[in-house]
Amino acid sequence: MAKDTEDGVGTEPRGVSPEEQPLLRVDHVAKSFGPVKALIDGSVDLYRGESHALLGENGAGKSTLVKILAGVYQPDAGHVLLDGVPINLASPAAARDAGISIIYQEPTLFPDLSVAENIFMGRQPLRTGRRIDRGEMNSHSKDVFTRLGVPLNPSRLARGLSVADQQIVEIAKAISFNAQIIVMDEPTAALTEVEVSRLFDVMKNLREQGTAVMFISHRLGEVFEACQRVTVMRDGRFVNTSRIEDTDIDTIIRSMVGRDVSSMYAENTTVPGENVLEVEHLTREGVFTDVTFNVRAGEIVALAGLVGAGRTEVARGIFGIDKVDAGTVKVGGKKLAHGSPLAAMAAGIGFVPEDRRQQGLVMDMAIDRNMALASVGSLSHFGLIRKASERSLASEWAARLQLKFGRLSNNASTLSGGNQQKVVLGKWLARKPRLLIIDEPTRGIDIGTKAEVHRLLSELVAQGVAVLMISSELPEVLGMADRILVLHEGRLAAEFSRGEADEANIMRAATGQLKKSAA
Amino acid sequence: MTTVEDRELLKLPEAEPRNIEDRLRGLVRWEGGLVILFVASLFYGASTSPYFMSIQTFFFAGLNFGEIAIMALPMTFIIITGEIDLSVASMLGLSASILGYLFMHGWSIWAAMAICLVVGIVGGALNGFLITRLGLPSIAVTIGTLTLYRGIALIVLSTNTATGFPSWTTNLSLPIGGTHIAYDFAIFVVMAIIFGVVLHMTPFGRSLFAIGLQQETAFFSGVRVKRIKFLLYVLSGFICAFAGILYTFQQASSASDTGTGLELNVVAIALFGGVSIFGGRGTIFGVFLAVCIFGSLQASLTDANVSAQAQTIVTGVLLLISVLVPNARDGFSRVRSQVRRRRVRGAT
Repeated sequence: MAKDTEDGVGTEPRGVSPEEQPLLRVDHVAKSFGPVKALIDGSVDLYRGESHALLGENGAGKSTLVKILAGVYQPDAGHVLLDGVPINLASPAAARDAGISIIYQEPTLFPDLSVAENIFMGRQPLRTGRRIDRGEMNSHSKDVFTRLGVPLNPSRLARGLSVADQQIVEIAKAISFNAQIIVMDEPTAALTEVEVSRLFDVMKNLREQGTAVMFISHRLGEVFEACQRVTVMRDGRFVNTSRIEDTDIDTIIRSMVGRDVSSMYAENTTVPGENVLEVEHLTREGVFTDVTFNVRAGEIVALAGLVGAGRTEVARGIFGIDKVDAGTVKVGGKKLAHGSPLAAMAAGIGFVPEDRRQQGLVMDMAIDRNMALASVGSLSHFGLIRKASERSLASEWAARLQLKFGRLSNNASTLSGGNQQKVVLGKWLARKPRLLIIDEPTRGIDIGTKAEVHRLLSELVAQGVAVLMISSELPEVLGMADRILVLHEGRLAAEFSRGEADEANIMRAATGQLKKSAA
Repeated sequence: MTTVEDRELLKLPEAEPRNIEDRLRGLVRWEGGLVILFVASLFYGASTSPYFMSIQTFFFAGLNFGEIAIMALPMTFIIITGEIDLSVASMLGLSASILGYLFMHGWSIWAAMAICLVVGIVGGALNGFLITRLGLPSIAVTIGTLTLYRGIALIVLSTNTATGFPSWTTNLSLPIGGTHIAYDFAIFVVMAIIFGVVLHMTPFGRSLFAIGLQQETAFFSGVRVKRIKFLLYVLSGFICAFAGILYTFQQASSASDTGTGLELNVVAIALFGGVSIFGGRGTIFGVFLAVCIFGSLQASLTDANVSAQAQTIVTGVLLLISVLVPNARDGFSRVRSQVRRRRVRGAT
């Protein structure tokens, strides 16, 4: 580990002088996956002994940047420089050798090995005869834990460790590799307050020993507590870097969201009708609590919030995928049985799930069969599926949705992402739903198809269908929704009408800042 | 938050369309291959023995293979949903033992048969309960009940052999009057037609494929996955109990070890018939052809005085082929698409 004695090691965060060479410089790095530009211009400087926050909305390109530093992805353009020298992070092993370690939100330890064995996995100290030197391993691990200031028993099994402790083990592993740069990807998302403050103490210890920490979090309060500098990214690009004392939460939120809502969204002019969906006090222990809202005919209601706030889980609860613990769901005034997708479908709900490949489509089944999957019952005659009806249903919806396909008998996996999404939509629209729940309607699909999906949703509400939409893309939420409900940690934090919503106040509500400022 | 978006991003590069007609053609090829193999096995049989092509051989082949073939039908359904039932032969043995025990203790044959079928339903329901409600892996559960049901059979009949069944039952081992068709085989054909219609033409059959290919999507589309799997195990238990009754009548006796080890033949037939062990693929027609091939091979090998032990080697080889060939094809197309992708990458 590089020791920097000149500056002295103090408890105060070091000021970062521009003439000092950054330990790690990410210089205009870009990465695309096919047509999707995940990262266009990723730039960030990390200095020894600093905690540096990397912020951005969902999809801003943070995780792609992290994956590049981890050696998982190779950048299409740009450089990563270590101490001013360009390095090639060709593999996770190369990244590790360069002194970069990544701590993920949910570490994956070997549960049946001891803590020390996990730390020394694959490079155990050996005694004569190639036997593993357990004593050496344990005492080494103990030293590391002492340096981190966390009392963990190296010889206990990893099984049963809390997520927080597992992260500590990962950090210990990183240190034993002499990591100079530790990237923490949303480490606090699954931690309790006490565990978070312990993690911050560990981060402080690391800083004092000259390690550079990159900290990714959606909780802006934490960033101000634990970091010295902050870099904001948006739409795959670097926006700005500032010292924490020179900025405030509002400025950061503005940099995170500052873009124009594109004019491609048509305003919904339908006057909402009667209630289609009424959700009352819906609760699933530990996931969401006391969620109450309604969706009327001819209106789009969006559930916004950060990933992990419980949006998808609320939708799954309504549709009966998961059992809920309390509360009721009414469709058209009638109470819905809990935990039965079939009952939800019979009541007229359609559900386009977030994961097309695992939940929306049977990838290795033909397009027409996928489209008919939710309606085969009504296509049958004397218990036998009428293939002609199935075909005509599929070709009708393929035409209405302008599906681009080879043959209807080709498997769904032959379609592009956007066309796959159309098949899932067609599958539900063929049932003529009263309420369509659509989770991430346009994730991972190209711009053109995106606009088609949006137009389709507008047409649906014009016909009096109620739409409940979940989206991580704020422009989509703002452009499409008549009302926006913001979830924060499983609770409804705010409701905005189309007029009052803007990106900043949604982000504020989603990050839990609204409650504080209101109080 | 990172995980979800990464998952999406990670998947994009592999979203290359696979040519599915290839696979469809592959299926046709598989069943076409089975037809050719069947004809070849007939020729082989005819060359080994002048008696092979006689109608008697046809009859005995059907007789020897009937129960296995019948049990292969529910097995096909279960494997298509991505599960397995290894307790089938034990259930056959248990049913045969109970039938023998009750009959020896003075029950009417009809009442004894009814009890056997009920036991089959209960045994299947136990499998289904453990697998769907407790979420245990079907292979482990049914290996357990394989031993359990055989054990109960042993307790019921001990080392006794039950005989003396009414003559109309033992007459089932004779050809159907005026023809040379074995009852077993006729029952199999009728059942295969019913199973084929259910599998390929009804919403129920469609949902089996959906479950086997993408269980979560099936559930999200309103398919009652657990209930369907449960029903399949009940059906399997019922049919195996029925097969046990048939087997007893045909042998005119029953013992606690009746049908030991047949489960592997049943699985072998389904797989050889083109049913994918990974679920989601297979046809009843393919299973029907597999039955014909196994039957004719067994008959010709017996005619050629090949020992029963050596015959199991043939079974084993055919099973290996049935697993190897489709995988080799998939592997080949995977390599081909990788090469293609690399070329594309190189060009850009």
